[in-house]
Amino acid sequence: MAARKSAPKKTAKSNTSKEELLEYYREMLLIRRFEEKSGQLYGMGLIGGFCHLYIGQEAVVVGLEAAAKEGDKRLTSYRDHGHMLACGMDPKGVMAELTGREGGYSRGKGGSMHMFSKEKHFYGGHGIVGAQVPIGTGLAFADKYLDNGGVTFAYFGDGAANQGQVYESFNMASLWELPVIYVIENNQYAMGTSLQRASSTPDIYTRGASFGIPGEAVDGMDVLAVKEAGERATAHCRSGKGPYILEMKTYRYRGHSMSDPAKYRTREEVQKVREERDAIEHVRELLLQGKHASEDDLKAIDKEIKAVVNDAAEFSKTSPEPALEELWTDIYA
Amino acid sequence: MAIEVLMPALSPTMEEGTLAKWLVKEGDEVASGDILAEIETDKATMEFEAVDEGIIGKILIAEGTEGVKVNTPIAVLIEEGESADDVASTPAPAAEAPAAAAPAAAPLAAQPIVSEDLSDPEIPEGTEMRLTTVREALRDAMAEEMRADNSVFLMGEEVAEYQGAYKVSQGLLDEFGAKRVIDTPITEHGFAGLATGAAMGGLKPIVEFMTFNFAMQAIDHIINTAAKTRYMSGGQMTCPIVFRGPNGAAARVGAQHSQDYAAWYAQIPGLYVAMPYSAADAKGLMKTAIREETPVVFLENELLYGQSFEVPVMDDYAIPFGKARIWREGSDVTIVSFGIGMKYALEAADKLAEDGISAEVIDLRTLRPIDYDTVIRSVQKTNRCITVEEGWPVASIGNHITAQIMERAFDYLDAPVINLTGKDVPMPYAANLEKLALVTTAEVIEAAKAVTYR
Repeated sequence: MAARKSAPKKTAKSNTSKEELLEYYREMLLIRRFEEKSGQLYGMGLIGGFCHLYIGQEAVVVGLEAAAKEGDKRLTSYRDHGHMLACGMDPKGVMAELTGREGGYSRGKGGSMHMFSKEKHFYGGHGIVGAQVPIGTGLAFADKYLDNGGVTFAYFGDGAANQGQVYESFNMASLWELPVIYVIENNQYAMGTSLQRASSTPDIYTRGASFGIPGEAVDGMDVLAVKEAGERATAHCRSGKGPYILEMKTYRYRGHSMSDPAKYRTREEVQKVREERDAIEHVRELLLQGKHASEDDLKAIDKEIKAVVNDAAEFSKTSPEPALEELWTDIYA
Repeated sequence: MAIEVLMPALSPTMEEGTLAKWLVKEGDEVASGDILAEIETDKATMEFEAVDEGIIGKILIAEGTEGVKVNTPIAVLIEEGESADDVASTPAPAAEAPAAAAPAAAPLAAQPIVSEDLSDPEIPEGTEMRLTTVREALRDAMAEEMRADNSVFLMGEEVAEYQGAYKVSQGLLDEFGAKRVIDTPITEHGFAGLATGAAMGGLKPIVEFMTFNFAMQAIDHIINTAAKTRYMSGGQMTCPIVFRGPNGAAARVGAQHSQDYAAWYAQIPGLYVAMPYSAADAKGLMKTAIREETPVVFLENELLYGQSFEVPVMDDYAIPFGKARIWREGSDVTIVSFGIGMKYALEAADKLAEDGISAEVIDLRTLRPIDYDTVIRSVQKTNRCITVEEGWPVASIGNHITAQIMERAFDYLDAPVINLTGKDVPMPYAANLEKLALVTTAEVIEAAKAVTYR
């Protein structure tokens, strides 16, 4: 039951296969390029409202998706683009939702923060900080009730970790032994407030202790460490032992949202993480050092990903706005 | 291919800004993520990052320039060996989506009003009518629906072993077991959210709030999650859930336990709101609520739980939402009410009859959808209307009904519509003051006389 801390050191060597490494590289790169493109489209006025980019945190969702099984569910906050791409949703549909078009996952009615895919078991996309935590606990309740062996990944940030409903959820999940993994994406800043200014403890993973929920801190910039932790968590949940907490120590490179000037941290701080801990760079090195891929191979992948993202952007511009009748649909059954 | 770097929009409302400072110069190589410039918006100074890699071929807007419009080319990015003059003409960047067709007509409420073809189930001749309390009727409805559908379950505080704080769930634990009748910790925000998630995950939860006053702790999930998810998901996600419990004033429990939420929830598109008066309606509406794919707020009343009414003994007595019940027909004045307000309306109608005033009494039964047509038709006949409810006067259900009458039956009115409501005060504890704060039968009689000029 004790909270544990896994080694903060990056997995330097691994027995991970070439195929897996290439897959992680591809997935993480897709998220990063997609988000850069989103930022660009936002700058052009094609994406409106709030837009929260996932750049820097890619290893968290990619590693955990590698530990998930078909039928498992996931949901998160408003910083949700990465989660959607990682669970296999179509980049075109995601980007077209960002631009508010008919081809978007919610047919343009949800936007960046409110997107869903029944097919991929993605349950949102929630705009209220922390609200997804009891909802995810309820998805796990349904899985247990239906006895279908499913596990739910309920993602939330270090900021949401201070919401009361998170602890109401912890209590019920533990009491009823629900198969839910609470993934705390600790990117160090809740909008502009750093963890040490908002949390009485630097280690959020210990906060399940009083509910008897095991937790561990994971280097969230190391996709292999994330995957290993995800496997421990899913095994725990699937064996009927109840919830599990994973605190991913990660970092977002961009502002809280597009309109955040990020004056609460220095440029040097961001640059240091980019240079020393970048998740994509890490896998790139493993691929090159392990002679799994050449520079040219990786360039080819870059090109491939760029084409996917450009296609998505093109689709998001050409897909029509929703028909005006859509204003009145999908309110009642 | 050389590409233009455009002045970015850096907030949802930005139209122009100041190019405060260039952090690169012509000839510099840049990679995606490198900071190119600092741009001042009306709120902040933002760093502007490169998206593409290349060489800064030319800077088009000098630093310090104010009022640079969004999407103005500010620099040209070139590849090795290119010149800035090779710039491709940038495609029109503005969000000009293909234009949509003619505007949609705006209905009054999101749910089409189809009261014409809605009706209560036919009660065959010879059907036994059994005197039943509202409490038992609600329990019977839940039990019948739980027998019919394994995905229906009940959760809330004290619903199982204690048999319900107000005994509405009496006997359900014995019949359905602890898997389907679940005692929760005192954690409204948490279990309302959990049940909403369970509904999205394929179950049909009934959530009991010990009283609706405590649902204020959970209202974010009722409105922001349950009511809006279908819309926000473009129709992919459903949330079939019933939030139920006693609503409104009980007796002498003071301000925090005495509040009518009818008008609050009735405002929310994506919810259904039912507020029955009689036991038969409580049963029939509850059965419909549980079967609905749309989230339902079901407002009960503690003082009505013990009241008995005749309920038809039938296999499937489900009452459609959106159809008012005319309790008594009349010709002089229409009294519109719902929930416990009906008690005062019906008592007043009896007294008014003694004075020779014939009142038509309409029970709305559901507040979303509302059966406007039945009200309008009645007003067209009686030419006078009063509304009765327990909630506060500002933005009340009565106000809304009145506005509809003004729009659709103005010429039929022989007197201004009067809205009777609870008084505009927190509920006092003292017996005499509490009485004064609530709407009364005497006030209904007085208002009926006023609009009939007697």
